[in-house]
Amino acid sequence: MIELEGLTKRYGDTVAVDRLTFTVRPGVVTGFLGPNGAGKSTTMRMILGLDHPTAGDVRIDGRHYDRLKDPLTYIGALLDAKAVHGGRSAYNHLLCLAQSNGIPERRVAEVLDTVGLTSVARKKAKGFSLGMGQRLGIAGALLGDPRILMFDEPVNGLDPEGIHWIRTLMKSLAAQGRTVFVSSHLMSEMALTAEHLVVIGQGRLLADTSMADFIRQNSRSYVRIRSPQRERLLDVLHEAGITAVQAGGGALEVEGDKAERIGELAARSGFVLHELSPRQASLEEAFMRLTADAVEYHAHSRPDPAPQDWGAGWKGA
Amino acid sequence: MAAVQVIRSEWTKIRSVASTVWTLSLAVVVTLALGMLISALTRSQYGGMPLRERLSFDPTVISFAGMTLGQLAMIVFGVLVVSNEYSTGMIRVSLAAVPQRGTFLFSKIAVAGALALVVGMVTSFAAFFLGQAMLGSLGTRIGDPGVLRAVVGGGLYMTLIALFSMGVAAMLRSPMLSLGILMPFFFLISNILGNVDATKRIGRFLPDQAGSRIMQVVPRFGDDTPYGPWGGLGIMALWVIAALAGGYALLKRRDAQ
Repeated sequence: MIELEGLTKRYGDTVAVDRLTFTVRPGVVTGFLGPNGAGKSTTMRMILGLDHPTAGDVRIDGRHYDRLKDPLTYIGALLDAKAVHGGRSAYNHLLCLAQSNGIPERRVAEVLDTVGLTSVARKKAKGFSLGMGQRLGIAGALLGDPRILMFDEPVNGLDPEGIHWIRTLMKSLAAQGRTVFVSSHLMSEMALTAEHLVVIGQGRLLADTSMADFIRQNSRSYVRIRSPQRERLLDVLHEAGITAVQAGGGALEVEGDKAERIGELAARSGFVLHELSPRQASLEEAFMRLTADAVEYHAHSRPDPAPQDWGAGWKGA
Repeated sequence: MAAVQVIRSEWTKIRSVASTVWTLSLAVVVTLALGMLISALTRSQYGGMPLRERLSFDPTVISFAGMTLGQLAMIVFGVLVVSNEYSTGMIRVSLAAVPQRGTFLFSKIAVAGALALVVGMVTSFAAFFLGQAMLGSLGTRIGDPGVLRAVVGGGLYMTLIALFSMGVAAMLRSPMLSLGILMPFFFLISNILGNVDATKRIGRFLPDQAGSRIMQVVPRFGDDTPYGPWGGLGIMALWVIAALAGGYALLKRRDAQ
């Protein structure tokens, strides 16, 4: 379990992370979502005790990171795949990490096998492709067989095969009952892997919700209708208890999945329909709406509402 | 976090990169080769030396002449051991594995310092014996008064130079910046400050000027240095402690990047 409480990081006048409070619970994949520059990486570095918070607190299983004995056996992290000494072999890179945390040397071969790097174990890391570097970083995270795993944008810059491999790996880690905390700036990526979702923008918490709730509240389905007899059609729909709103281009929109009923009503009244299409707003659009608010807020610099208000405002919408 | 684990880890780190091998072997080769060359030249020119110089002729110091250049390789070793962590980004992985920053830094310095001590001692003894062989009849023996102290001191001097460089690199983080300051300082500036009359009084308290006093057996003509061989080495050690303390304080305070 990772608990953040009012976690804040300022660089001079810039607020990178602004009073973040949330908990990453065990046994699920928690997606950490936000546009580039939202403060995801800074937050993760503070979780690992690499950056000092300006204010607030973060604890791993109730303890500060630097109070953990052999921290790699509690939490494994991949922050930056390129953070490796290029002149050192993959094997020695993992060996020095293992030794620092009292992890037996046989684990090095095991994790190299898990990530599929056994054949290049003795090769220098500077010859590795981005995908191989990513695998080496993940091997380092798995080394201590930790209950918590944290990955910062793990699919960034990977080819489709690498992306598929990482998705499968994260799901299998969660299926083993581990806590997986993974950041991304792509909603579509999160929708495929995460069960829980934490969304931030401009360093502020925008949403902390289960993926199911997020989908229920955001993947709005509606029916789009166009007809030359629009006014009369509106009356008929109104009599049937269906609320339609005017949309752009002379079209009407009806909330929900009612295409069949509307088609039957129109046929019974003898109306001509030019379009009757069931539609769904994508999660990506919902995410963009959510974070665009944060950007807009920042640009207009309106009076200071509590960060929770954003989530609340969005939930009501 | 057991320090033993971290020391083992740092030993794996230091032995698994090529820069360790080439910097240390360069330090040995340059010190020995240049020491032998200068010893041989000195022997052939001894006859033409003025009496003043003959009176303060110090065969031990002559055999260590290669150290002025060899110490630069020691500086590169010390700088790279620490600043590699920053230039590669490895520091974030290292500190995530060992969040106790003092344990991390001082384990690294203990391992690198021990290695520098072994290499420094071997180099110093080899430089002495090879140099004396070149000097032939002008040479001295390890059993003569003050000579063993000077030879052991030569090994300690090389170790302290490496440790000082590690402290500076821990403060500055960038390998280029650290080398850009340390190399010209020890190769040129310190020598100038120590030999120009106006700055001599301050110059001789600089780490290399003070530390190299221990390698002298015969006092220079008209020498008024206010400290002895061990006093000089002590002054150098204080510089090293200051550099390491500064490096530790900054590492503790800064974000890891």
